[in-house]
Amino acid sequence: MTGTTETNEKKGLPPSRQAIDDKLRAIIADVLGLDRDHVETFDGDTGLFGHLPELDSMAVAGLLTEMEDRLDIIIDDEDVDGEMLETYGGLLAFAEMKVIEG
Amino acid sequence: MRAVTTWTAPLPDGTQREEAALVFDKGREHRLLVIPPLFDEANKFRRQLVEIMRRLDLSGIDSVLPDLPGTGDSLLPHAEVTLAGLRKAAQAACEDFRITHCFCVRTGAMYAPSSLPGWRYAPIAGRNSLRSLLRARTLAAQERGESETTADLEAQGKASGLVAGGWHIGPELFAALGAEKLPHTQQMVDIDHETVGGSPLWLRAEPDEDPEQADALAAVIAIGLLGT
Repeated sequence: MTGTTETNEKKGLPPSRQAIDDKLRAIIADVLGLDRDHVETFDGDTGLFGHLPELDSMAVAGLLTEMEDRLDIIIDDEDVDGEMLETYGGLLAFAEMKVIEG
Repeated sequence: MRAVTTWTAPLPDGTQREEAALVFDKGREHRLLVIPPLFDEANKFRRQLVEIMRRLDLSGIDSVLPDLPGTGDSLLPHAEVTLAGLRKAAQAACEDFRITHCFCVRTGAMYAPSSLPGWRYAPIAGRNSLRSLLRARTLAAQERGESETTADLEAQGKASGLVAGGWHIGPELFAALGAEKLPHTQQMVDIDHETVGGSPLWLRAEPDEDPEQADALAAVIAIGLLGT
């Protein structure tokens, strides 16, 4: 998978889903101070906002800003809603959509 | 040895005020000015900065972490902080402490003295940190069932300043951070966070320290200064 990612980046194609998934997990672990192994256990239905005590509005702001920096996307005010932050699957789908748009 | 001293900092209006500075000062050849980031990242990174200074002291390098007016433990209201004022104060600290090199972190790069060689750790432009603060404010408003947009807040910030993330940001600081890019520098070397490794401390909810990251940063500086 890593090989595929490198090839894609060389061709200027958007990063693969796996690469976005990896980056997003790293961002969540960094921003929320969670253990990386714990974040690796997240699946699409894992609850985020309202489920993780670490994720308050200040942390959401940090999370979105880190996503912008590391995924090279722009997140507008109107993008941010409860659905996108509710589960890990929702946030990943949002990130993928933004990367493709960008 | 670690000590707290005072120094005379200039204010934008031409007056001066006494501020504190944390120093590891044995009058040695290499003297490093340490410049923290703005806003909350300063609090999150302060313990780590002192850890780095402690390591540099053991390597034979003096270092100074001054409170610039309106930052750290300074009693000047944060609303009165301006980017020009921070630059002037940082420059004055260089002269006061006979500084030879500078180490700045994150948005510290926006007001580090341009005349000195040194290092910029994970530098970011001021507008990135403003964006994060405004986003925290719009999200908090959303939770209260109110509606605030980033565009409205930007207009308000430039016109009259605003409070975001608990920081009172004056109109001059707000406008300058929003408008100015990360300064270009030939003198300073950028250190990416990837070089240091681990989880970035400025992202944590609580201030923390990380011995391995402090080792890595102190090593980059010590090798640069001492060549060992």
